[in-house]
Amino acid sequence: MKIRRIAELLEAEVLCGEENLDGEVHSACGCDMMSDVLAFVKEQAVLITGLCNPQVVRTAEMMDMRCIVFVRGKIPPREVIELADEAGIVVLATNERMYVACGMLYQCGLSGGSFLNG
Amino acid sequence: MADSVNFHFDIDGDNFTSAGEASVMIKKLLRQMEFSPDVIRRVSVAMYEGEINMVIHANGGTADVNVFCDRIEIVLKDNGPGIADVRLAMQEGYSTAPDNIRSLGFGAGMGLPNMKRYTDDMRIESEVGRGTTIYMTVNV
Ligand SMILES: Nc1ncnc2c1ncn2[C@@H]1O[C@H](COP(=O)(O)OP(=O)(O)O)[C@@H](O)[C@H]1O
Ligand SMILES: [Mg+2]
Repeated sequence: MKIRRIAELLEAEVLCGEENLDGEVHSACGCDMMSDVLAFVKEQAVLITGLCNPQVVRTAEMMDMRCIVFVRGKIPPREVIELADEAGIVVLATNERMYVACGMLYQCGLSGGSFLNG
Repeated sequence: MADSVNFHFDIDGDNFTSAGEASVMIKKLLRQMEFSPDVIRRVSVAMYEGEINMVIHANGGTADVNVFCDRIEIVLKDNGPGIADVRLAMQEGYSTAPDNIRSLGFGAGMGLPNMKRYTDDMRIESEVGRGTTIYMTVNV
């Protein structure tokens, strides 16, 4: 699925990374515990989260993720968006809640992928 | 060519916002040095968890990364409160992190286990009241 399609499905605002909207992603991870992301993510390229601090971006960067979706209408502070922009990560903000956002993307073919460490 | 290339970082203990900057920098440097994505990820994630720990549990410290052709060594040193029971601290889910840290996405007690998981060797030296030094090695 193209990142652009994720933005359309979630009626999300694109906060940075316009130039990477045509990037292809195949799986995603919905999570608010960054250490879990660091423990289990393998090839998931999209992080869907309700947290808005800089560590979300660094965690995504560590795991080579390409897109972060902030749910529940949260807009991260500007320095968070700038960090993501520097890292080449697309940042989307949607009004959908976590459960619904994940469900919609899953239904449209974005899988959970396989995970490390069981 | 020298045996190893060394990088040194001071980790600011008062600033959760900047925690992880050193690990991001190391990730970039290792990429320039053309290590494999797997090695880069293991080194940078292990170092990142260690950096976060130094900020949330030990008021900062230093990180030294020594890059050899066949391995990468990471030494994280702090003068924080130390770890009384290292075996307990290594258990998944064990955490003394306060709630405000948990609400930022850390403090699930997965950091030290993650560091162990991603490295080939990890050794913790810690003395209560003196500080903690963690040695990690990732083989290339
Ligand atoms: N550098 C450190 N200095 C003092 N205590 C530490 C340090 N690193 C870890 N600890 C202790 O070990 C526990 C487990 O660490 P970790 O697995 O990273 O989980 P978390 O950071 O989520 O609490 C921490 O809650 C803390 O009590
Ligand atoms: Mg930790």
